Amino acid sequence: MNNNDIIRPENLVYKKPSLLNDAHMHYCPGCSHGVVHKLVAEVIEEMGMAEKAIGVSPVGCAVFAYNYIDIDWLEAAHGRATAMATATKRLMPDKLVFTYQGDGDFAAIGTCESIHSCNRGENIAIIFINNAIYGMTGGQMAPTTLLGQKTATCPYGRRPDLNGYPLSITPLLAQLDGTCYVTRQSVHKPASVRKAKAAIRKAFENSMQGKGTSVVEIVSTCNTGWKLSPEKANQWMEENMFAKYPLGDLKDVESKG
Amino acid sequence: MNDKVTLMKGNEALAMAAIRYGADGYFGYPITPQSEVLEKLEEEMPWETTGMVVLQAESEVAAINMVYAGASCGKAVMTSTSSPGFSLMQEGMSYMAASEVPALVINVMRGGPGLGTIHPSQADYFQACKGGGHGDYRMIVLAPASVQEMADFVGLGWDLAFKYRCVSMILADGLIGQMMEKVVLPEQRPRRTQEEVEKQCPWAVTGRTGMRPKNIITSLELDDDIMEANNLRFQATYRLIEANEVRCETVDTDGCDYLIVAFGSMARIAMKTMELAAQEGIKIGLLRPITLWPFPSKEVAQAAAGVKGILVPELSAGQMIEDVKLAVDCKVPVKHFGRMGGNVPTPEEVLEALKKELINA
Repeated sequence: MNNNDIIRPENLVYKKPSLLNDAHMHYCPGCSHGVVHKLVAEVIEEMGMAEKAIGVSPVGCAVFAYNYIDIDWLEAAHGRATAMATATKRLMPDKLVFTYQGDGDFAAIGTCESIHSCNRGENIAIIFINNAIYGMTGGQMAPTTLLGQKTATCPYGRRPDLNGYPLSITPLLAQLDGTCYVTRQSVHKPASVRKAKAAIRKAFENSMQGKGTSVVEIVSTCNTGWKLSPEKANQWMEENMFAKYPLGDLKDVESKG
Repeated sequence: MNDKVTLMKGNEALAMAAIRYGADGYFGYPITPQSEVLEKLEEEMPWETTGMVVLQAESEVAAINMVYAGASCGKAVMTSTSSPGFSLMQEGMSYMAASEVPALVINVMRGGPGLGTIHPSQADYFQACKGGGHGDYRMIVLAPASVQEMADFVGLGWDLAFKYRCVSMILADGLIGQMMEKVVLPEQRPRRTQEEVEKQCPWAVTGRTGMRPKNIITSLELDDDIMEANNLRFQATYRLIEANEVRCETVDTDGCDYLIVAFGSMARIAMKTMELAAQEGIKIGLLRPITLWPFPSKEVAQAAAGVKGILVPELSAGQMIEDVKLAVDCKVPVKHFGRMGGNVPTPEEVLEALKKELINA
C-alpha cells in the first residue's frame, strides 16, 4: 500500500479550508498565527459567509493576513483596526466584520479605539493575538510583555519601575456594557485549537446577531521573538503566560435587552 | 423671493448639503469652531430618512480612520474638524491618498499653532495644499468664500473625489463656518443602493459579492518597484487633476493697476477694499482661487500681466503668497499682508497695506 492508495475521498478526515489560499505564509515555524488564520478561514467557510466577510488586518506580524485568507480586507493604520471595523459594520450592517490584531496594535497604540469600539458595543468581532512581544519589528517590548521577560527594548528583563506592568486588557473590556463575549483561548494543543475555533465561531455569530462586541484573545507563542524552539515556547507559555493571562471565558452575555 | 432660500450658518450648510447629496456617513469629533456640523446632523437624524450614518467618534484619529474605512467600502463618507483636529488626521489623509479612496474632509480653520485660538485663520494652507501627512500626495482643496459655497462644495468635493479616487477637502475658516447667510440647498438625492455602490466602485471592499476575486484596500507595498509604480500612478492622477480641475473667480482684473489674490473670507473682505479703492481712483482687481490645489497659476500669471503689483492678504504669516510668487515668476512685486491669532483685518486695513506696500513703497 502506498500513499496514493490511502489518499481517497472516502478516507479524508481533514482538509485545508477553501478560503485559505496557497500563498507562502511569512510566519515563522511554530507561530500561532498560522493556526488562527486557519480557524478564521474555516469558521467563515462553515458559516457560509465568504461573500459577506470583511476582515481588518493590523500593523504587526498579521499585516499580510489579507494575502492568506480569501475574503475582502482592509489594511488599517497601526492601532486603528476597530475604528475601521466600526465604520464598515455601521455602513454595511449585513456584513461579517472582524479585526485581527496583535498586542501592540490592539493594546498599545490602538488602546483608545479598542476600548471605545467595545464600549459602543459595535457589532464586530475582535481576534486579539497576545504573544507578549513585537514580532514584526524584531522582538521589542509589548504592553503585555511579562515582568522579567527579556526583549530587544528591555534586554535585562521588564522592570515595573522602568517599563511599567504587563497590561491585561481583556478583563477591562469584559467590564464594559458594550461587550457581549470576552474570552481567552490558546492554540497550542489540539483540544485548545478546538476551543479557540468554537470561540471564534461564537464571536462571529454574536456580531451577526447584533449582540455587541466580542473579543477573542488568543494567548500565543512567538518562538523567534522569545528565542525558544516551538516546543519550548509552548512550554514557556503554559508556565508563564497562563499565570498572567489565564484561559477561559471572562464574559458571556447570551442575550442583551 | 425664492422660497428655497434659507438662512443658516456655514457649518450648518455643510451638514444639510451632506444629507441632500445622499451621503452614506459622517464621522467626527467636536471642536470649535465647527461643532455645528455634527450638532446639525444629530438634530436632523438622517439615519431615519436617508439612512445616512452619523457617529461621534472618540477622537479625530478614530474619526479619520472611520472615514478611511467607509471610503474603502466605496461609500460617500466625510468628516469635519478644525485645525488641531486636522493635525491629528494627517496620518489618515496620507493612508487614504496611498489607498486611492474617495473621501471628503473639511477643515474649518482656527488660529494656531498649538491650541491657538478658536477664531478664524487661514494658516493651514501649507498643511492642506503641500501635504500635511507623510509621503508624496495631494488633495483637491476647495476654498469657499460664502455659506452658499459651503453647501455647493460638499457635492463638488465628493464628485471630484469619486472621479479621481482621491481625497477632496474643503478648507474654510471660522468666519465662513460661523457666519449666517442666505443659502439655497441642493435638491435631495437618494443614497446609492449597495448594488450601485459596487457597480460604481468595483475596487471597493464590500464582501466578495457573487464570489468575485477578493478586494483589498491597503497602503502597504514592500516591493520597491511596485511602490514606485504606485507613486507614478498617483502623480499621473495629480497631473490630470491639475489639467482639468483648476477653479478661480476673477473680479475687475481687466485693466486693473493692482491685483489682490485672496481666498475664502479674506477674498470677501478684499471685495470691500476694492470698492473703497475705486472711490479713491485706485483700480484693483481680485483673483480668488477656488481650488487652492490645484493652484490657478496660469490664471494668476494672466491677471498679473500689466499690473504694478500684487497684494496677497491672508489670515496667516503668508503661505499662499509662495504659490503666487511662483505663478508670476517674481516678475511682478508680490507683497504680503496678514493678521494672525484669530484677528481679521478690516477692508480699510487691507487698503492701507496695499498703499504702503505697493503704491507708496
